[in-house]
Amino acid sequence: MKRVDKKWELRLYVAGKTPKSVTALTNLKKYCEEHLKGQYRIEVIDLLEQPQLAEGDQILAIPTLVRKVPEPIRKIIGDLSNEEKVLVGLNIRPA
Amino acid sequence: MSKFQKKPNKITHPSLPKTLTGINGLDEITEGGLPTGRPTLICGEAGCGKTLMAIEFIVRGAVEFNEPGVFIAFEEKSDELAMNVASLGFDLKKLQKENLLKIDHVHVDRSEIEETGEYDLEGLFIRLGYAIDSIGAKRVVLDTLENLFAGLSNQGVLRAEIRRLFTFLKDKGVTAIITGERGEGASLTRQGLEEYVSDCVILLDHRVINQISTRRLRIIKYRGTVHGTNEYPFLIDEDGISVLPVTSLKMANSVSSERISTGIPALDDMLGGKGLYRGGSVLVSGTAGTGKTSLSASFANETCNRGERCVYFAMEESPNQIIRNMRSIGIDLKKHIDSGLLYFNASRPNLYGLEMHLVAMHKCIKKYKPSVVVIDPITNFINIGSVSEVKNMLVRMIDFLQEEQISVMFTALSLNTIVNEQTDEGVSSLVDAWLLVRDIEFNGERNRGLYVMKSRGMKHSNQVREFVITDSGLNLIEVYLGPDGVLTGSARQQQMLLEETGAAIHSQAIGRKDREIMRKRKMLEAKIATLNSEYESVEEELNKFYLEEELKKQILAKSRAEVIRLRKGEVTEDDKKGDKGSK
Repeated sequence: MKRVDKKWELRLYVAGKTPKSVTALTNLKKYCEEHLKGQYRIEVIDLLEQPQLAEGDQILAIPTLVRKVPEPIRKIIGDLSNEEKVLVGLNIRPA
Repeated sequence: MSKFQKKPNKITHPSLPKTLTGINGLDEITEGGLPTGRPTLICGEAGCGKTLMAIEFIVRGAVEFNEPGVFIAFEEKSDELAMNVASLGFDLKKLQKENLLKIDHVHVDRSEIEETGEYDLEGLFIRLGYAIDSIGAKRVVLDTLENLFAGLSNQGVLRAEIRRLFTFLKDKGVTAIITGERGEGASLTRQGLEEYVSDCVILLDHRVINQISTRRLRIIKYRGTVHGTNEYPFLIDEDGISVLPVTSLKMANSVSSERISTGIPALDDMLGGKGLYRGGSVLVSGTAGTGKTSLSASFANETCNRGERCVYFAMEESPNQIIRNMRSIGIDLKKHIDSGLLYFNASRPNLYGLEMHLVAMHKCIKKYKPSVVVIDPITNFINIGSVSEVKNMLVRMIDFLQEEQISVMFTALSLNTIVNEQTDEGVSSLVDAWLLVRDIEFNGERNRGLYVMKSRGMKHSNQVREFVITDSGLNLIEVYLGPDGVLTGSARQQQMLLEETGAAIHSQAIGRKDREIMRKRKMLEAKIATLNSEYESVEEELNKFYLEEELKKQILAKSRAEVIRLRKGEVTEDDKKGDKGSK
């Protein structure tokens, strides 16, 4: 994947292909396509494969969405089923 | 039926595997430590030592048993934690470098986290699992799960996940400690959950009674094993945590029939001639200034002179004060301190609670391994506990000392001069020997009288002795029993002087009489001599008379014969003879 500077860098932590993780990824992609088309990049980290990465972002819950850029770092946990909350949480839409 | 009882079938049950914590005393009351491969909950209020106990479990495991440990800190950061326990001599950084310890700080901040929809705590599990696997940990601490509830709002998920966490820990086969803050009311934890899923629950408590705080520990539950159920006091000091299970339920201490000297030969004489039993307890009670401390110092001195160790718990005077005061009566304690045989442990009774005193003493005794312990005095303990509490504490103290075969001397101040059958601390029935030093006020002065109230297992003197403190030590003198009763001090000396004078006068009188008789005899003898000589002269007179008579008789007879011869004309024989001679 060619690295491009994007306005939004999102990281989704999952643990295997659980229904919750799949739902979360699907939801996330949908919201990004709708609101941030072309300005975002999603990185999916499977902790079952890279458990050492959990400590760095203080991951507790699965799935967790971390907004790395823009600062400050925000975290949203859960399957991202509530669109309103996700958009507010990611500061895409003001509360 | 009786046959059945005679031959009881001994079945040995498999015992629960346990993991030694390495914490002083905790392994004793849990009879071997925490359940291996199972979670244990340590709960208690803020500042009662939960985190410390947990970290000591990890550190001791790593250092003493070579079992690596993982510490998941929800509250403190790794650096903070290392700093906090550095004062206890735990070098967390070094252990981390040696891969014996892994600290993972889990930061949960509600303001940073938004929750939408379903989630679980798999992330935490993965972190934990990763930490355990990376160093091959056998021990895990989670301190404290409470913070998860503060950071996340979905209680249902959390409760379910915590249950899963306990199962996860069991599956991992690690011996885990989970700390939890005490909940409101009677519940042990805020969530009322951890205590049910843990196999062992230890409650820590920090209580303040009469402004004196005492830390206590109690094992509330321990699945599948017996354990001590009492509240045990514990101490946090520079060596970490010490729990003290002093109450031994058995009374099966071995006893010694060896005797040890008290340092005062006359007192040993009163105690059957040999002194006290080794491992026995002796109480010295008396009013103020009767020499209790001197007695105990003498006992300590004698112990050190024998080359044995002694620990002196000074509850009233500072060690230097005691050393100075004892020097004045010829007891040099300084040299024993210098040689390491004598150790002074000075602390005010209200420094901490009774239990803590017991723990501190216990620790000190374990460290120095003395053969004699002196506690001077026990009286002030009454300030920090009720009579029954003090008694209870002393029972355990005596119990412990007996077990270790350590002789102990307590001193106690009696508050009134009337001899009580019971001391104020109520320990007189516990001790093996009880010496009472009391004032005898008489004739304008106070003197000390000592007697043996009781002494188990030996023939002891029933007499009151005068207890004198001299420049060269202590001594007991037999009191003077005169016609006026018991005399002590100067009255005794006066009486003795009086008797001496009496004896002198008496001997003088006898001498005079002797001489008079002598003189009389001489006089009589002289008289006898005069009479004798008188008799002799009379006898002589008489003899003279007889001689004259004889002579007269002879002359008469002679002249008569002459006359007869002349008449016959015969020459007398005498003439013849005379003629011949002349021829």
